[in-house]
Amino acid sequence: MSATIAARRRFVLPPWSLLGGAAILLVLLACAVVPEYIAPYSPTNFDFRSLLQPPTLAHPFGTDNFGRDILSRTIWASSVDLQIAIFATLFPAIFGTLVGSVLGYVGGWPDAIFRRIVDVLITIPFLVLVIVIVAVLGPGLGNMYIAVSAVNWIIYARLMRGEVLAQASRDYAAAGRVMGYGPIRIIFRHLLPNAVAPVLVYWMTDMALEILLGSSLGYLGLGAQPPTAEWGVLIADGKNFMTTAWWMSIFPGIAIVLAGTGFSLLGDGLASMLRRGR
Amino acid sequence: MYVLAILGRRLGQIVATVVLVALLIFGLMRLLPGDPALMLLGDRATDASIAQMHHDLGLDRSVAVQFWEFLVHTVTLQLGDSITMRVPVISLVRDGLPITLLLTGMAAFLALLIAVPLAFVSALRPGSWMDAAIRTVAQISLSMPVFYIGLVLLIVLAAGLHWFPVGGIGNGFFQDLYYLFLPALTLALSLSAVLLRNLRQSLLEVLNAEYVNFATAKGLPRRMILTRHVLRNAWVSTVTLLGLNIGSLVGGAVITETVFAIPGLGRLTIDSIFARDYPVVQGLTMVLAIMVSVVFLLVDTVQVLLDPRMSK
Repeated sequence: MSATIAARRRFVLPPWSLLGGAAILLVLLACAVVPEYIAPYSPTNFDFRSLLQPPTLAHPFGTDNFGRDILSRTIWASSVDLQIAIFATLFPAIFGTLVGSVLGYVGGWPDAIFRRIVDVLITIPFLVLVIVIVAVLGPGLGNMYIAVSAVNWIIYARLMRGEVLAQASRDYAAAGRVMGYGPIRIIFRHLLPNAVAPVLVYWMTDMALEILLGSSLGYLGLGAQPPTAEWGVLIADGKNFMTTAWWMSIFPGIAIVLAGTGFSLLGDGLASMLRRGR
Repeated sequence: MYVLAILGRRLGQIVATVVLVALLIFGLMRLLPGDPALMLLGDRATDASIAQMHHDLGLDRSVAVQFWEFLVHTVTLQLGDSITMRVPVISLVRDGLPITLLLTGMAAFLALLIAVPLAFVSALRPGSWMDAAIRTVAQISLSMPVFYIGLVLLIVLAAGLHWFPVGGIGNGFFQDLYYLFLPALTLALSLSAVLLRNLRQSLLEVLNAEYVNFATAKGLPRRMILTRHVLRNAWVSTVTLLGLNIGSLVGGAVITETVFAIPGLGRLTIDSIFARDYPVVQGLTMVLAIMVSVVFLLVDTVQVLLDPRMSK
């Protein structure tokens, strides 16, 4: 009896937010991986016969001041922005998770030092800190990843520390200690798998946040450097044509909103699925 | 008395934090490539003039002494001179700080004005179409970068409908309010989405709390329960949330000031970064960090005053 119920339970449809988010991200992923099959025009070819064309059937997002098709440029840019989502979060998520699990279990003076670091870093606005670090290193995507990674792991570590702290007081952790397991085995084999779910959910949200941050830095001229087509850079290109060619800035921004919504929905869906699983 | 003791301890923590922030910024600025003396002197540098400049800037002393001087200078507000504008950094701060404070203050006020009523509407009828609509709009604005919200408002309300100026700052307080409305609304829209989301959640928790059930069972009118019990508790979480988000509000102000060409501290920070004007960047980052710390302290004060449990 229990087998069939368990089987039936396993086939419950995932929450709609998970499906919606995954669908959005699959479309963007396709744009990022094979833009040449999706984009109707070349993203870089100048066409001086159709400068600053408003949206038409031939150019659904209009054209820019060099006659380039905005839809094609937005599609080509998605690979850069999805890269930002991954590269700006990969190191913080992994390193932060490891540090946080150790701190949560060990406690003591390393934990006290960590808490002071957190106090300092929340006092400087995240964006200002990243901007200052990028300024020191020099503008560009690579330096932006370094700047974000240097700060962002703290958030993962704080999250993980709290979760591990809660798990460490459970009976199974005590059982592990009684069995004579070393701290490394207890932390990474027993506590981490049980504590990692909120970090995974936050990772999704963070990818959305980093796309927003990356495009903001691109807009300011500190992130991706032109001629790299990045959504924030595309929006900045349209800044000077705000009164005459609104489509230059508006449409690339919709791509950012779409990507952000996709990752948030995926995170929300994952969270409610994990809640249901418990 | 407990209140004062708590706030005193918080003040001590904040002083310690600011010292550490200073250490961080001091360290970052020392990591910069290039010799500041060479940068100041330019092509006319000779070995003698470089040595003289090192002495004038205090770069020939030990790092610990230099850091101590930086701390003393920060506390006494001697932030040095701008390299490119050749004026004291503190005078730049004096010009820009009121504008940035007005902008962020207006933004926080507008954000509350938007988020609190909507959170109530949403939480009182969870699952209704109003709730769904409000949450959808909040989700979309959460996915919008601040600069994009600003550009959309500029394109529609300033460039299109000509209701507002496209940027800059007014002449006198009331004109400033008018000029800063659109930038403040930009910041408020992005902040209110965060506030709304969390506030709705905490309102739902309060509405399901036992003391609200008890008040209902006692036969208190709904209006009275909402104002006496729910609203009072909701204020505590709202103030806490606002405080937690002050960092992102200031970060957003940096970008908004750039989009709207507002001569505040944020735009000055960005301009100085591009001009490689490090004394200004260093001074402004310290000022922004102190500003955030002061807000943290204010939030703690309000929390203690609103919630008697905190002072026990």
